Amino acid sequence: MLKIENLHAEIDGKEILRGLNLEVNAGEIHAIMGPNGAGKSTLAYVLGGRPGYEVTQGSVTFNGEDLLAMEPHERAAAGTFLGFQYPVEIPGVSNVQFLREALNSQRKSRGEEPLSGGDFLKLAREKAALLKLDMDMLKRNVNVGFSGGEKKRAEMVQMGILDPKFAVLDETDSGLDIDALKTVGEGINAIMRKPDKAVLLITHYQRLLDYVKPDVVHVLAKGRIVKTGGPELALQLESEGYETVAA
Amino acid sequence: MSEQTKIAEAPEQGVEIKDKAARDAAKRLETYEFGFSSDIEQEFAPKGLNEDTVRFISAKKNEPEWMLDWRLKAFRLWQTMEQPDWAKLDIPPIDYQDAYYYAAPKKKETLKSLDEVDPEILSVYNKLGIPIAEQEVLAGVEGARKVAVDAVFDSVSVATTFREELKKAGVIFLSISEAIREYPDLVRKWLGKVVPTRDNYFATLNCAVFSDGTFVYIPEGVRCPMELSTYFRINAENTGQFERTLIVADKGSYVSYLEGCTAPMRDENQLHAAVVELVALEDAEIKYSTVQNWYPGDADGKGGIYNFVTKRGLCQGDRSKISWTQVETGSAVTWKYPSCVLNGENSVGEFYSVAVTNNRQQADTGTKMIHNGKGTRSTIISKGISAGRSDNTYRGLVRVGPNAENTRNFTQCDSLLLGDECGAHTVPYIEVKNPTAQIEHEATTSKISDDQLFYAMQRGLDEEQAVALIVNGFAKEVMKQLPMEFAVEAQKLLAISLEGSVG
Repeated sequence: MLKIENLHAEIDGKEILRGLNLEVNAGEIHAIMGPNGAGKSTLAYVLGGRPGYEVTQGSVTFNGEDLLAMEPHERAAAGTFLGFQYPVEIPGVSNVQFLREALNSQRKSRGEEPLSGGDFLKLAREKAALLKLDMDMLKRNVNVGFSGGEKKRAEMVQMGILDPKFAVLDETDSGLDIDALKTVGEGINAIMRKPDKAVLLITHYQRLLDYVKPDVVHVLAKGRIVKTGGPELALQLESEGYETVAA
Repeated sequence: MSEQTKIAEAPEQGVEIKDKAARDAAKRLETYEFGFSSDIEQEFAPKGLNEDTVRFISAKKNEPEWMLDWRLKAFRLWQTMEQPDWAKLDIPPIDYQDAYYYAAPKKKETLKSLDEVDPEILSVYNKLGIPIAEQEVLAGVEGARKVAVDAVFDSVSVATTFREELKKAGVIFLSISEAIREYPDLVRKWLGKVVPTRDNYFATLNCAVFSDGTFVYIPEGVRCPMELSTYFRINAENTGQFERTLIVADKGSYVSYLEGCTAPMRDENQLHAAVVELVALEDAEIKYSTVQNWYPGDADGKGGIYNFVTKRGLCQGDRSKISWTQVETGSAVTWKYPSCVLNGENSVGEFYSVAVTNNRQQADTGTKMIHNGKGTRSTIISKGISAGRSDNTYRGLVRVGPNAENTRNFTQCDSLLLGDECGAHTVPYIEVKNPTAQIEHEATTSKISDDQLFYAMQRGLDEEQAVALIVNGFAKEVMKQLPMEFAVEAQKLLAISLEGSVG
């Protein structure tokens, strides 16, 4: 589904990703772990198409298409989703308005009919319930005045509504208490644990992986994947630390 | 600048010029949605401005002697005045003699309803997309919200709808020319009482040469049964439009008035100097909403409307209220300060504004809240959005007189910048002569953030959709003050105005 080959990327002339290779197949959940500054968030932004993150070498294909040639909104319409580490506030714009416009814009570019107001609300209600987020929160402005945990849950509600094929979740577990972690983990499973979907989970800690069991775990250090293994690798990292494992 | 700005060329009717105009118009249509020109016979006053021009206009309107005298007095005063230059606007000198001051569609007969209006005029309105609400009413859809349209077409009201129903309620809704003839006492009592003849250069000019406009009177205790709506449209090439609006709300009455504007494409700069006067007596309330999208000029600043408007409301009675809401996206130059004079005790003034400038547009706009009465309150919410190489200035005055005990004002001015070649400026003036006043002023300036844009685009919105969404969110506090029919139009307008401004 997603194939990254020899990816080099820089910000302001500083190289962050240095020859990263990764392949994620449909039906798989991959976890990427690594120390601060390893390039985890850079990878997420490069996949999302954020301006300022310049790819200098290598390729990324999504279902055989050149992902790097697409604008961010085209990547979204193609079925990719980026769960933000720090979800952004948009004053004056309600979640409902934001997501309905986004969804219908995606549908339009895929040649699908727009979803009516009623159908959209039904969908939103269902996904909000899944993440135990009060529907009233979705009527409020996008992320404005939300707590850290609420932002992350709202992020997953967005994912549920937009229903992507492939999601990159950038430290979705940060800022969550134990109960919220469980809710978010179960939400990710319900939305993305499907044979035709895949997830790239970026995280510092093992704890989210207790709820979302990865098929493959990678260690990212200095802009490259330095080690790949099964779920047990995450446990090893947790007990021994990155330095020992990645050395 | 050495070269004088021409506000007019001779209105030659030659085929060649017409063809050229059509070609040019077609070319310009690509960039300005409402850029079309319709071909209706015009009657022009001779070019230039002198006492004869004023007499010509007055005679065309069959005005009584007192009105002509009033105009002439204003004209003589205007000749002694100078165009103000204190605003943060860079305006090339205007040659007031090089313009036509009157153009009217030739009247064939008196019209009874919109059905009888020149189909070409109606088609112009269709192109403008007059809201569904009106169309439903016109088609006789039962239960449709009633909106009366007093259509101002190139300076003359060609038709007034719903006059009968309004008449039943006792509401007078007429062109000001008709009102001068039919209700001279009422007009004479209030005309120039809110904006005096000598108020400012442009207002004085308007007094001398105003060609038409609207008069509204709501009798005591009457809640106007429908929204009143006037569509202004500058159609004649090379005629400035000098509208005059007077709205009087008698004791305990209420009226909501909508003013919407579009203008066809023009190469020459067109001068527009309107005066709007509002009067609210005891317990009366006037809500005045404007959506203005006149031609702003092209990307290099060529052409476009010069908009010098004096709008002022007088809260004369106790507990009266006047609320201005404006969405300004058009004009090359905007000079406009809708204000409230709060004389009545516990009267309330409100000003909600969204001003968008793009490319080479310049806007210097804001409000004045003059607190004279005890316990008066005012609210100012101003949202300025600048893009391209435009300049956008908020200029506002809050004045509290010595006898105005326990007054309150809250002002919030937010500016949003798109790109780094535009300017946003906030110039608040606060003059307080009574120590019991409570004045609050908040101001912010922000850039549309890359984070917000990327976030919205990552969810599936293209860049222009994302900008429109963020900008509409920024302006929401003001947009929600607009009547429903206007809000939808205004939202689209914000998006259209900012097309191509990012990236």
